[in-house]
Amino acid sequence: MTRRERYEAHQRRRSLVIATISTVTVVAAIYFLVPLAPGWSKVQQSFFNGETLVKTFPKLLEAFRINVMIFLWSAPAIAVLGLLIALARDAKSPALFPLRIFGAAFTDIFRGVPVILTVYLIGFGIPGLGLPRPWNSPYIWGSLALILTYSAYVAEIFRSGIDSVHHSQRAAALSLGLSERQVMRDVVLPQAIRNVVPSQMNMLIALQKDVSLLSFIGPVEIFRQAGVFKSLLANFTPYVGAAIIFLIVTIPATRYADHLMARQMRERR
Amino acid sequence: MSKTLTIAASTVLFLSTAAYAQDQCAAGKTLTDGKFTIATGNPAYYPWVLDDAPESGEGFEAAVAYAVAEEMGFAADDVVWVRSSFDEAIQPGAKEFDVNMQQYSITPERDQVIDFSTPYYTAPMAVLVSPNSTETAPTLEALKGLQWGAVGSTTAVPKLASIIQPDSDPLLYGDNADVNAAMSANQIDAALFDLPTALFLSAVMIEGSKVIGQFPADENDNPDHFGMLMEEGNPLKACVDEALAALMANGKLADIEAKWLQDTTGVPLIK
Amino acid sequence: MPKLELQGVVKRFGDRTVCDGINLTVDEGQMVCLIGASGSGKSTLLRCINLLEPIEDGAIFLDGEDISIPGLNPQSVRARIGIVFQSFNLFPHMTALENVMLAPRRVRGLTRAELQPEVEALFARFGLADRMHNYPDQLSGGQQQRVAIVRALAMQPEVMLFDEITSALDPQLVGEVLDVLLMLKKQGMTMVMATHEMGFAREAADKICFLDSGRIIEEGPPEAVFDHPSHQTTQAFLARALK
Repeated sequence: MTRRERYEAHQRRRSLVIATISTVTVVAAIYFLVPLAPGWSKVQQSFFNGETLVKTFPKLLEAFRINVMIFLWSAPAIAVLGLLIALARDAKSPALFPLRIFGAAFTDIFRGVPVILTVYLIGFGIPGLGLPRPWNSPYIWGSLALILTYSAYVAEIFRSGIDSVHHSQRAAALSLGLSERQVMRDVVLPQAIRNVVPSQMNMLIALQKDVSLLSFIGPVEIFRQAGVFKSLLANFTPYVGAAIIFLIVTIPATRYADHLMARQMRERR
Repeated sequence: MSKTLTIAASTVLFLSTAAYAQDQCAAGKTLTDGKFTIATGNPAYYPWVLDDAPESGEGFEAAVAYAVAEEMGFAADDVVWVRSSFDEAIQPGAKEFDVNMQQYSITPERDQVIDFSTPYYTAPMAVLVSPNSTETAPTLEALKGLQWGAVGSTTAVPKLASIIQPDSDPLLYGDNADVNAAMSANQIDAALFDLPTALFLSAVMIEGSKVIGQFPADENDNPDHFGMLMEEGNPLKACVDEALAALMANGKLADIEAKWLQDTTGVPLIK
Repeated sequence: MPKLELQGVVKRFGDRTVCDGINLTVDEGQMVCLIGASGSGKSTLLRCINLLEPIEDGAIFLDGEDISIPGLNPQSVRARIGIVFQSFNLFPHMTALENVMLAPRRVRGLTRAELQPEVEALFARFGLADRMHNYPDQLSGGQQQRVAIVRALAMQPEVMLFDEITSALDPQLVGEVLDVLLMLKKQGMTMVMATHEMGFAREAADKICFLDSGRIIEEGPPEAVFDHPSHQTTQAFLARALK
């Protein structure tokens, strides 16, 4: 072991000890001090009631299947629509000018309006025009509201991805005699999409959470189911249960997105 | 002489105010001394509160609130109204109100966390159907086949599941207005409400809708008694209960009900 | 008739004139080297010939046909003129083989199977047979640049343009790329290259053009330009470059 290695090993041990001590101190402080707060027993009863959690968890899990279902059919639609909007916004031909205007207006509107408003307006508004069942289902129109809103964000991310592909790639492809369309499809988009995968993962995670907004127009997904339990039992623990279920799904997804992001940073360097 | 008079006068004044406030059960037990703070919904709905203005004393719950306040020795000017959601009402910690009145059904589970006054009204559950479904027969059999909706935070939800047991999953909403919107969009055929609310919605809010039936009180394993909600262990409960008992005994509560709530005997019972 | 002819080509970027009336003829099978300081307009000129940059004035002829008519579809012209860039510009999401096959498949309308023998032969000829299935980031700079040349050749161009293709390479890798150019010259390829490799230019070029501020101020056979430069700017440039 060289002098330098000895020094570094010593430093590592030192930081490990400090990190351990400070972590233990913080955890212990939370564990011992919070219950000393005067309202703790009431908070514990209202939010962390084990009995209520056990009683409501299976039904919450069942309701979560609705979230998963809505997520599963919305996400691909968002990817496709988002990409189309991104391409529309970058359309160069003058004949496609209306498409460009439409794309710009679309992203401005749906990024500017809170998701919940879009869910309300589309979820109740369009069926209110007199569509017959099952075409007036809140599942359909609520999902559409999510799809429109998220497509607007996803389209912007795709655009940034398209911009991130160096123009020399376009030049190289054009110089080989490829058409603009072929250049976009074969050279630019594959790279653009790969570049934005981590950002899009974050959108997926956000979408997974925002599916719950559909509860406002009827579907009894996990958030509504937890609310029903909350009202019946006058206890907030079902919300904690719902949060746990969300975390079980989103923490691995978030970690994975971070991992992809970190890998990409390394590759770019 | 004048000094004696002043002392006498102020003594009388002091005694009279003291008599008005101190003799009363509620003295020192309210949020603000000498004031009675009552919470209602945001918004508060007809026929419980008229025009979302509880200060007017118009509407069943507003009228009951002022009657109870008077009985407890508060002048009308001493009643302070605040707004609250159900979540605020049941969250742990200090409350922003002395009592909270918005058609809270008394249930044993809720009673563990908060206190309720004795009931001030017993509401039968009623079935409100959309304009397309007004021909539905008031039988459980016919009701099963409808697409149901309800307000998710009400006791209508467990009742739907236990009594009607509909064929398809009900859709649940945040408040009356959203149920109304869903019914207008033809997304639901029927909704379960307490009878006065159902009658109001059908008469005023959803054109062409109809209250086709109510559930007989005795068939309800747990009829909906509305109570004033208070913080768990609130010493005011005894005073409120006392006031309600007095209003029941002297017939004032019945008068208020007759004035603000429609005659509900015309709605057929569901078999 | 020259293979490629430029007449008074003018290219401006905003107020800046990058090519200021360039005349140049390149005969079939000739290798022409453009030399000059950075920013003298060599790269831009090559990009203009390939129609990657529209020209403001003048004309460019390929086999006597004006290819610089505004509004002309550039695709068919680009298929006939290959270009290789300083920074390789391989498509990083494709293997070397896919890089090479993309344009012939899309533009020439051939299938992978139809292309396979032809492309494999190209890889083999340039010593890349065992690198076909590697991605660009798994290749050295020299290998990447050779793949880029193969990619351009797979379109069976009549003229090849090289834009300082050795400038981004480590010195020990320059040789393998220049050897490729000598091979192409032997096969009779018409070539225009912008380069800083004076030794190579002198040895291999049929004609040297010295560019300064967007003009060709001196041109001729290598010996004439390198040994007896008539223009003072050329003399100064060569003195610095050959030091």
